[in-house]
This record gives sequence, C-alpha cells and structure tokens, in this order.
Amino acid sequence: MTSILWPAKEQLKLIGKRIDRVDGPAKSSGAAKYSLDINRPGLLYGKILGASIAAGTLKSLDTKAAEALAGVRAVHVMTEPGRPINWAGQEIVALAADTEEIATEALRLIKAEYERSPPQMDDADPQKVEGKPRTRTEGNPAEGFAQAAASVSGRYGVATITHCCLEPHGQVSEFRDGELHVWPSTQAVSGYANQLVKPAGLESNKIHIDCQYMGGGFGSKFGPDAWGAVCVELAKKAGKAVKLLLDRDLELMIAGNRPSAFADIKVGADKEGRVTAWESKVWGSSGVGNYGAPPLPYVFAFPNQNTESQGIRTNRGAVKAWRAPGHPQGCAITMAALEDLAAKLGMDPLEFFLKNLQFAPEALRETYREELMVAADLIDYKSKAHPRGDKTKGPIKRGLGISLHTWGGAGHASACDVTINPDGSVVASMGTQDLGVGTRTCLGIVVAETLGLPLEAVQVNIGKNAYPTSGGSGGSTTIGGISSSSRRAAVAALDELLKRVATELNISPDELEAADSKIRAKANPQKSMAWKDACKLLGQMAITQQGRHQGGARTELTSSGVGGVQIADVSVDVETGLVKMNEMVAVQDCGLIIDLKLAESQVLGALIMGVTYALFEEAIYDPQTGRMLNADMEFYRLATLSDVGKLRVHMMTGKGYDERGVIGLGEPPVISPGAAISNAVANAIGVRVSSIPLTPDRVIEALEKGGVRT
Amino acid sequence: MQRKPPDNPSGFSRREFLRGVGATSVAASGLLVAGMPDEAAAAPGDPVGPGETKITLSINGENKSVSVEPRTTLLDALRNRLDITGAKKVCDRGTCGACTVIKDGRAIYSCTALAIDVQGSKITTVEGLGTPDELSPVQAAFVHNDAQQCGFCTPGFVVACTAMLKAHPTPTAEQVRLGLGGNLCRCGTYAGIKEAIVEAGKTASISRGTGGGGAT
Repeated sequence: MTSILWPAKEQLKLIGKRIDRVDGPAKSSGAAKYSLDINRPGLLYGKILGASIAAGTLKSLDTKAAEALAGVRAVHVMTEPGRPINWAGQEIVALAADTEEIATEALRLIKAEYERSPPQMDDADPQKVEGKPRTRTEGNPAEGFAQAAASVSGRYGVATITHCCLEPHGQVSEFRDGELHVWPSTQAVSGYANQLVKPAGLESNKIHIDCQYMGGGFGSKFGPDAWGAVCVELAKKAGKAVKLLLDRDLELMIAGNRPSAFADIKVGADKEGRVTAWESKVWGSSGVGNYGAPPLPYVFAFPNQNTESQGIRTNRGAVKAWRAPGHPQGCAITMAALEDLAAKLGMDPLEFFLKNLQFAPEALRETYREELMVAADLIDYKSKAHPRGDKTKGPIKRGLGISLHTWGGAGHASACDVTINPDGSVVASMGTQDLGVGTRTCLGIVVAETLGLPLEAVQVNIGKNAYPTSGGSGGSTTIGGISSSSRRAAVAALDELLKRVATELNISPDELEAADSKIRAKANPQKSMAWKDACKLLGQMAITQQGRHQGGARTELTSSGVGGVQIADVSVDVETGLVKMNEMVAVQDCGLIIDLKLAESQVLGALIMGVTYALFEEAIYDPQTGRMLNADMEFYRLATLSDVGKLRVHMMTGKGYDERGVIGLGEPPVISPGAAISNAVANAIGVRVSSIPLTPDRVIEALEKGGVRT
Repeated sequence: MQRKPPDNPSGFSRREFLRGVGATSVAASGLLVAGMPDEAAAAPGDPVGPGETKITLSINGENKSVSVEPRTTLLDALRNRLDITGAKKVCDRGTCGACTVIKDGRAIYSCTALAIDVQGSKITTVEGLGTPDELSPVQAAFVHNDAQQCGFCTPGFVVACTAMLKAHPTPTAEQVRLGLGGNLCRCGTYAGIKEAIVEAGKTASISRGTGGGGAT
C-alpha cells in the first residue's frame, strides 16, 4: 500500500514548486470560454429592469409596449404590482430578445410606477441601530482600565464595498431534449443545479451545469440567485437558449456587497504596553438583512473585555460573503485602535504587537513572532521606522503600518475520481471550479505527483455537476478539500496498478513505488517498468478509484488555522490628502503549498485588492433617492497598475509549516491591507484617519484635527 | 479629435449613417460631437438603419461579413455576431479596458466604437495575436509570470501591452502608466503584468498580425 501521507519534501517533484497554471495559455490567448462567452444556436439576450426607487411599493406595471417590440421573445415579471421595493435595482421585469440592442430598448418601454417612501441609507449614525444589542463580557473591564497606564478612545470605520466581479453574475440557460443545460458563472458547481429545480420544473438529474472558466466571485457567486432562476424561466417561455448576465450598473447595485462597520473603541495598556482592557461597540449595515458584526477584538483575546454589536437596516442591495467575511473590518478597527494606543504610550508598534502576542491564539503565537521578524526585515523596518508623525520638512510624509490576521481554511467535503487507462493516460474528475486561484493546476499537480508522472500527463476534468461532488469555493476551503480527495483517489488507483505490476515483476506491491514515469522497486530502482508498459497490463479495463475528503479541521493531509503579517510603507501629501503606496510586504503561512507560484499570486492579488479597498473603493448611496451613485467602473474606483507600489510576498514554508498539511489561502492575505495602510498613514501624518477608504477628503478632514501639516 | 475617413470597401460609412438619420436626431440621441454635423451634411449616400445592415469587417486578417444595427458596438459585433469572444464586456462604458482591440495599430476600447465605424480598418483581437499552442511573446510572458488569475481582464491587458510594447519596447514606468492605466483587474494581477512587460519587451518580435503602426 502506498502511504496516503504527503511524501517527504526531498521526494517532491511538483508539489511546492513554482509551476505555471495549466490554463494560462487558454486565458492569455482568449481561447478560454467564460459563461459570458457561451453562444448557442438561436441565442436570446436577457436583461433585467431594476427598480428606480430604493423604498416604497410598485404601484403599477405595464409591459405591453416591450412585449410588442419586434424581436422580444419572452417577458417575465419578477416583482408584482403591490409588492414592496427594498432597494434600488430590485428586479422588476426580465425579458429576452433577439439582440442585446433590442433587449435594452425593450427595457426602456416598460412603464413601472412606484409609490416612493423615504429610503433609510445612513449606516454610520449609531443612533439608527435597531434591535437588541449582542453583548459579551470577559473578565472585569473596569478593573482592567483601572490598571492601565494609558488608554485611547476613538471611532473607526470601514465603508461598504461591492464585489465588482469583472464577469457579471448570471448564466446561459438552454432546454434541449427535455433537459436543462446551464453555463453559470459560479463558485459552486456541484450545488448549483439543486437550486434550479423549481424554475426548471425538472429533477436535478436532468439539469447539467458547465462552468469551465469564471470571471471572479470573491464570495458573491454561490447560487443562481433571482437572475439565474429568471434566466431559466425566460428560456422556458421562449423555447430558446437565453444568456442573462447582469449589466454593470445592476451588478454593482444588487449582486452583493461587503457590510460596513463602525466602532467606538476604548483600549488601555499598562506601562509595559500590555493591553489590560478592551471595550468595543460596533454597528453597521447589511442592508435590510440582519447585521453580521465583525469579530472584535480581532486576533487578540484580552483579559478584560466587553463587546457589543448592533445593526442598522438600510435600503441597500443584499450583502454577500466578501473574501474573509467580517475579518477585514474587524482587523482594520482592532489594529488601528491598538496602534493608536502604542502611539499614545510612545511605543514602537512592532514592539507593541510582539509584547501583546501573549493574547493571540496560542497555536499562532510563534508563527506571528517569526512573521513579524521576517516582515520587518523585508521592509527594512529598523532603518525606516519613526514615532508617529513624520518630522521631515515639506508636504510629503512617510510612514509604516503593521497588521496581523488569521483565518481557518480547513478543506471542504470533496470527492474525486482518478482513472488510469490501459494506454497510460490519466484522468482526474471532480465537480469543483477554478475561480482563478489555480484549482485546475493544483488538482493536476497532486495527481501527477502521486503517480510519478509529469503534470501534462494528467487530464483534469472540472466544472461539471456530472463529476463527483465537491464543495463550493468559499472560506478558503477548496485547496484543502481537493488536494486531499485527489491524493486519496490517486493513491487508491495507483495501488490497484501496483498489484498488477507486482505479479508481473514477482515482487510485493508494498515494495513498489511510482516515480519518473515508471513503476519501480523502492529498494532497487533499476528493477522497473515504464508507466505505459505497466498500464498495458490492465488489458481493456481502466482503473477508476474515488477519493473522499470528509471535511474537518485536521486530517492526515490537511489542517487549518493560519496567521499572517503585513507591513505597509506609504507617502501622504498633507496638502492634497493623496496617499501613495511605496511598498507592502506580506508574510503568510498556509501549511504545505501545492504550487508556490500560484500561492504567491494569491497573496499578491490580495494585497492589490487590499490597496483598492484601503484607498479607493466605496459604494456611495444618495441619501435622497437611495440609488448607488457610482454604479459604474469609472467612479467605483479600482486600483490601477500604477497605484499599488512595490509588493513583496514571503510564504512561510519548511519545518514547522509543511508538516501541517494543506491549508486554504484565498482569504487570509486580503484581511490586513486596510489596517496596515491605515496604520502607515497615521504613522506618516501623525493623526488617525478614522475610516477607510483613506480618500483625500478623509485624510484632509483628519489633518484638520491635528497631525503634521508642514 | 480628428477622424480619418475610413477606407470603405462596402461603400458605407458612419457619415452616411449620420446623414441618413439627420443631424437633429443625432443631436437628440447624444451622439453629436464637434465637427460631425458638417461632415454628415457634406457626405453623399443613402440613409441606413435603424434596422440591420450588412457590413464587412477586417478581423485578424480575415474579411468577415456581418449584419449589425447602426447602434451595434464593435464589441457586440465581435462577441454576439461573430462569436469572437476574447474581448470581454465588463464596464461597457470605456473605463476598464477588458474589450481592448487593436485598430490600425492603435489600442482602442471596442465598447466605445460602432461596428459600422470601423469598416476599412484592420482590427486585431487577442485571438489574432496567438493561439494556446502558439502564443505571442506577450501572451507567453503572461503565462510565465502568472499575470492572470480569473483571466477575465487578461485579453484586454494582453492586447494593450502588445500595442504599448510595439511603440515602447522598453517602456518607462510613465509609459506603462499611460499605456495600461486604462485597464483594470479585480483579482490583482498587476505584479505579474509588470514582470510580463519586462519579459515580453526583451523579445524582438512582439506579435504577428497587429496591422502595423504603433500605439502612442
């Protein structure tokens, strides 16, 4: 029997190396077909009319003119007259037409009349909270503050942002021979069909999902949602294939956002810098739904702490999980308050964080200590650090900011089939998806490594619900789940093959191994059989074995719980309020890394996404109409290539890390940038900018209260 | 902006369209830009539209016959009528660059060009630069430097980089800022793209079939 455990580092040929993503050529040549690119015979184009008001009632609806327009093939009402409107852009009517141009024109012909109520858009005013606060007290905060040599009180905030996936939400739907074929842009291939049973009027086994490439999800693309369901309805009504992916304005208004968070924090420490007490009151908005408060205090559990959270209902589109739900907000608020406290104590923030690691989870203390040292070294902390407020003359002030974060990342439930064919070809199949993180590549690497083959020898089949069920890609659960199930499947299939070879070579199967495209005796590598010859022994029947990962925090192959540290270096122009990124370093652990190149890409991408929400991104709503004012990509700003500065990534690997097994990486590195950049700005200008994004107006407003101006 | 009259194999042009619908309705539809009414008034030709009309476009070195409405953008003509889907529709408002194609050697947003307006121009899309088995130097550099994650912005970046490197084989940071500042990525692949530019810039032959000329 081949050991299920990951091979020792020195035996690894592929795992942990820097390997190009296998679908890179398809993507960079434009050959990759995303859901938005699927064109079917006789395809119709679907579009949705969104409500023009944010609160009130739909009074009347007249779709006659739209239905009469030549080329319109199906119209489906999504909100009946008399029903409430809860946010701008709420789906009113969907229709399908021969061309996009006709569909757009038809939307304009729909007459929707509303009875408007004043929308509630304010998510920052603590007077607007509703419901009973959730509170939790540990230790004795009053006593803790009495012990404190210094304390700070402040208000911190993180604005609402959207996912802004470049490929919008939606799908192509086609009924063919009594069955439904769907090409969705989704993060959850295996679960998708089960949510279309009702609109399709079919059992799940007659609904076929195919998502080979998808253009970004970040937590917002698990189910079909209302637009997926209505796409099926339109295809049914029209008797033709329908493509319905949201237009950009609706995508930004209704396809998900990250809830805001505002907090009043009081935190105190003794004269050594050890935190003695924490008090936090946090509020924010998840739209009309229940508020999901961020974790506070983040990373640390202080001896005396009191926390309270409460939500504000607003007429905004529904929230959806946004990469590391709750953590970026909890991190930005906590690390800012702690850095403010360090500044008040006149302590170096690095020293302050090191001192307080005793309040971090025990399993991560050593990791954080090492990571803080590595990060400080990479950014040359010792020579660049200065007390709060850059004393350099002139308008440009420079500063450093530190942040710590954590995440679970245990693998989700996953099943994988590995087939070894008599001609030596290999297929790995799984109902998973590749969001751009490299799932396809990593799956291939695990199977190829296990079978002793080059990566290109393994055909990887993903993206269809016809393949074995694997979890949705959320919470950094994919890499743990898929690497474990595929390792188990490949080991089981290999063991079958080794039995046949053992008989042929007159040796025990336990004495054989697969390496260098051969099956060979472990003790005597000369005694071997080429992979292809070994597979010929199978005759006409392939071997197929299934491997399963059941999920759970720790298995022989995977675990969970990572820590990361980031340090930002910024320059701020105190005359204009503009923040410029000089450099950012990220030091991250994620256990055993399958593909180092793609892991580094994940962290680099997270840093860039983090710079974006730290400096630019914000969903801005008109308090009068409730409409999102920047539902386009010009004013809903993403960072450009020139905005992100120099980025450096260091993955913690080797002893103490690799033996933990595979752990997810998607979420953790996106958590700290807001906090690190906010701390760097405070260090530069000598005053805290209370909310992110750190836009010039907010920086100037903070400077009016203090800090260094010249 | 000075508009060069296109070579006109099909005998149809934007000015004729403008003349056809009349300057008044052009103004009403918001299409009016400086200089156009005069051009339109001066141009001979039959009215065209608002229905579909057959035009010929030169895409990746091939003449393609396609029926479009006068209001159909080049991007929609490529994606919806010709099934050439490398250029992506993301913002549809000339902001994000995912729809970038090369028109007569210059990178343009295909979502802000009308299909009828690019007759006679040589259009190169990402598919015209290389194939998965035969990548252009820029495309190969994107793969080696992992300058892509979900990959949805990638074709636009590949095309914009190709045009920029044609004009500036070893671009300065400022030339990169100007050349690629009109392309947006959400996954955060800028670090890889910067590396890819350096690698591709070292390769003498940037691409095949970009239709000559250089980006400015």
